[in-house]
Amino acid sequence: MSPHALDDLLILDLTHYIAGPYCTKRLADYGARVIKIERPDGGDPCRRFGPFPDDTPHPEKSGLFLHLNTNKESLTLNLKSLRGRQIFFKLLTHADVVVESFHPRVMRQLQLDYPLLRRVKPSIVMTSISNFGQTGPYRDWRAQDLTLYAMGGEMYSSGATNRDPLQQAPGLTLYQGGAMAAAATMVAVFGARRHQVGQHIDLSLFETQVGSMDRRLTNLVAYQYNGASPAPEDPKPVGVMPSGVYRCKDGFVDIRTNIRWWERLVNMMEMPELNDDPRFGTEDARLNPAHREAFLKQFEDWLMRHSRQNIMRKAQQARLPATAVNTPEEVLTDPHFVERHSFVDIEHPVAGTWKFPGAPFRLERTPWQIRQPAPLLGQHTEAVLQELLKFSNADIQELRDCHII
Amino acid sequence: MHPLPLEGIRIADFTNVYAGPYGTMMLADFGAEVIRVESLQYFPSTTRGTTPRPSKALMATGSRLVVAYPGLDPGDKPWNRHAMFNCHARNKLSMTVNLRTPEGIDIVKRLVQCSDAVVDNYSAGVMDRLGLSYDVLKAWKSDIVVMQMPAFGLSGPYMKTQAFGIGVEGPCGFTALRGYADDPEHRHVPSVVHMDAASGPGSAFALLTALHYRDRTGEGQFIEFAQAENMLPHLGAYFLDTQMNQRVYGPMGNHHPHMAPHNVYPCREPDTWIAIAVADDTEWQALGQALDWPAWVLDDRFHTATGRLQYQDELDSALADWTRQWTPLEAAQRLQAHRVSAGPVLSVADAYSDAHLRARGFFETVTHPEAGTHEYPGMLWHMSHTLAHIRTPPCCLGEHNAYVYCDLLGYSTEEIDAFTEAGHIGDTYVEAQPSASA
Repeated sequence: MSPHALDDLLILDLTHYIAGPYCTKRLADYGARVIKIERPDGGDPCRRFGPFPDDTPHPEKSGLFLHLNTNKESLTLNLKSLRGRQIFFKLLTHADVVVESFHPRVMRQLQLDYPLLRRVKPSIVMTSISNFGQTGPYRDWRAQDLTLYAMGGEMYSSGATNRDPLQQAPGLTLYQGGAMAAAATMVAVFGARRHQVGQHIDLSLFETQVGSMDRRLTNLVAYQYNGASPAPEDPKPVGVMPSGVYRCKDGFVDIRTNIRWWERLVNMMEMPELNDDPRFGTEDARLNPAHREAFLKQFEDWLMRHSRQNIMRKAQQARLPATAVNTPEEVLTDPHFVERHSFVDIEHPVAGTWKFPGAPFRLERTPWQIRQPAPLLGQHTEAVLQELLKFSNADIQELRDCHII
Repeated sequence: MHPLPLEGIRIADFTNVYAGPYGTMMLADFGAEVIRVESLQYFPSTTRGTTPRPSKALMATGSRLVVAYPGLDPGDKPWNRHAMFNCHARNKLSMTVNLRTPEGIDIVKRLVQCSDAVVDNYSAGVMDRLGLSYDVLKAWKSDIVVMQMPAFGLSGPYMKTQAFGIGVEGPCGFTALRGYADDPEHRHVPSVVHMDAASGPGSAFALLTALHYRDRTGEGQFIEFAQAENMLPHLGAYFLDTQMNQRVYGPMGNHHPHMAPHNVYPCREPDTWIAIAVADDTEWQALGQALDWPAWVLDDRFHTATGRLQYQDELDSALADWTRQWTPLEAAQRLQAHRVSAGPVLSVADAYSDAHLRARGFFETVTHPEAGTHEYPGMLWHMSHTLAHIRTPPCCLGEHNAYVYCDLLGYSTEEIDAFTEAGHIGDTYVEAQPSASA
C-alpha cells in the first residue's frame, strides 16, 4: 500500500447526514483515522436514507451512507450518559480533531463543548458545522439544502426570465459545506502543528453559500461597485449562433458558440455550403435574428445524425466547446471516466459491490485509497476501546449491559 | 495575538478566472503568502475583467460581467477595478514577469526556490509547454508541491476538450439533474454552475494535504486536480440509485426525490420568493400548525410522504396561495417559529441588509487604492483563536514587484532596472499602453 498523507491524524467524528460526513470522508480517504461515534440505537440517521438496493430499506445498505463513510471506523457510544462522556474524554486525549454537525445547542447540552474539550486537550481542533453558525438571529432556524441555496446561494439569479428561480441538483450545498469544512479543518491543523494553537472552527452552511463562487462573490462586489442586483434571465441569443443544450442522436449535448466562431461551426458540421447561403454567408446575415430558426433547423438535423461522443470529438477538432450532457447512468459508462477509473468498485460485507466516485484529486505519492468500506453500526467498538483505552472484555460487556455502547 | 495558521507558507499562484483563485483565496485569508504570477504581455481570459480596457461601445452593452466597475467607470487601470477579480484577490500579492522569455523563466525559478507550492488552473499541458512542468520545478526545489487543475484531468478522451464551467458539468451529470420540470428538452440552461464552488475548497484542501505530508516527511509531490472528478462525489446518491434501482432522473424543477412540499413559492411583491422544504410527517404537522390548519392541509392524501409526493402540484398551488400574502422574510419567520424549514430567496441587495450576516460580521469595509472604499464579503468561516480578516485589499497588477524582486528574490537595483526595461516589471498591460508617438 502507498503511504497516506494524513495518517498521523486521529479524528473523532460526531457528524451525521451529509455535510459533516463528507468533510470527514475527505480526511479519511487521504489517510486520517476517523472514528465515527454513532448513537447505539440506530446510529447515523443517514443509514435510513436511500437509495437502497431494490428500494428496500436496510441500515447497512444505504447507498448514500456507503458513499459518505468510506474508510471510517464505527463506535457506538451513548454520549448522554456520564460514563459515555467519560469514554469520549479518554478518546479525546488520543485525538487531533473533533468534527461535529449538531444544532449549536447540542454539544453544550452534552457538556462536550469546545472550552471543556480544550481544557483536556489544548491543541485540539474542533470543527463545528451548522446551518447558520454557532451565533446569530437565525441560529435556531431549521434548514434543508433548498433553503440554504435560496438564502445564501446563487438561486436569486439562477433560472429563466420571468419565472421561479431554479435549484441545482438536490444536495450540493451540503457537499460544498463539507468540502469547505475539510479545508478549514486542515487550516486549523496547520495552526495546531506549527504554532501549537488549538482552534474551534465555526462553519455555517449559509455563509458558505453567501461566499460562494462564481456568481455570488462577484455579484456581491459588483453590487457595491455599481448597484447591480441581477435577477434570473435567459441569455439573449446572438443571431443564428447556437448556445445551449440540444438534442442529438443518443441524448443531449451542450454547445457554446459566439459570432467569432462561425467558421469553426461550419468546419465541425462539414457543411461549407452554409457559407453560400445568403441567410448565413455574411456576419450581418448571421447576426440577423430572423435567420435563426432556419439555421437551427439545419443544426439540429445535423446533431440528430451524430452521437454525443461523435459530436464531442468533432467539436474538439474544430476547437468549439461542446460536451455531452450525461445522465447519472451515462456518467458511469462515459469513456473518459471509464478510461481514467474515475469510479471504483467497493465491496461491502452486507450491501455487496457497487461503483462509487473515486479520487477527487490525485496525489502522486500518497494517493486516495479505499482501506475499508463504510462501517457496520458499532463494528469497531470493541477494537477501539481495547486498543486505545485498554478496556478488557469484561469492561466492554459491562458497558454493553448498561447500554453505554 | 497568535500567528495566522498558514503563516510561513508561500505559494506561487498561476491561477486565473474563478476556480483556482477561489482556492488560493482561502489560503491567503488564513496567512499563506500567495503571490500571483502575472504577465504584462498576456491578459488572461475573464480574470481582471473581460478585456483590459473596455471600449465605450462595449460598456454600452450593459452586459453584467463587462461593466462591473465602481460607478460603471473602468477608470485609469480597469484591471485593478473589476468586481470579478476584486472579490477573491484580497490578502494576495501580485508580481509581473514575461513568462515567454528564458529570462522570465529564470525569475520564476528563483521564486519557486523560495516557495512551498506552485498552483495553476490552466488547460492540460499549458504549464509544461511554458517550461514549468513538475519535473522542471522539482529539479529547482526537490520538495516543492505542485498542483495542476485541468478541467478533465491529464489523460483520457476529454483531456483536450475545451469547456467553460457548464461544459464540464454536462458530462458529470449536473446539467441533466437541473432544469424546470416542464422543460424536458433543456431549453433553459442554467448559467450558474457548481464547479468553481467545488474546486475552491477542494483545491485548498488538496494543497494543504500535500503540504501536511511534506511537513511530516520532507517530501513534496505532484497533485493532479481534475475539476470534473472533484465534483463527482457530490452526486454520489444519484450514481448509487441508478445502479441499485435503475432510477432515471430528469429535470425536476425545485422538487426533491423524497421530500414534499419542496419548492420555491411566490410572495407578495413580484419576483420575490420563499423556499420551503418539508422533510417528514412531523414537519408536515408543523406546517399545518403554522398555516393555522386550512381545510386543504387536512386532506387525507397529504397525510403521508408518499401522498404528498404524488399530489405535490396541488400542494404547491395551495401553499402558494398562502405565501402570496407575505413578504419572503415574514413567511419564513412564521414558518420557522413553528419549526418548518423555510428561507427567503435573498437577492444580492438583500444579503447586505440581512440581520444574520450583519450580526456575524460577514462583511468588511476595505479601502482599495484604485477602486475606492466599499464593503466586501469577508471570511468563509470563523476560528476561535485566529483573527482572520481582510488584511490587504485586492492586489493591483504588479503591486508587489518591489517586494518580490528586491526583498524576496534579492535582485540588485541594476537588475531590476533591466527587467523593467525588458518588460517584465510594470503595472500596465502592454495591449493597454498608449501607443508610442511618432
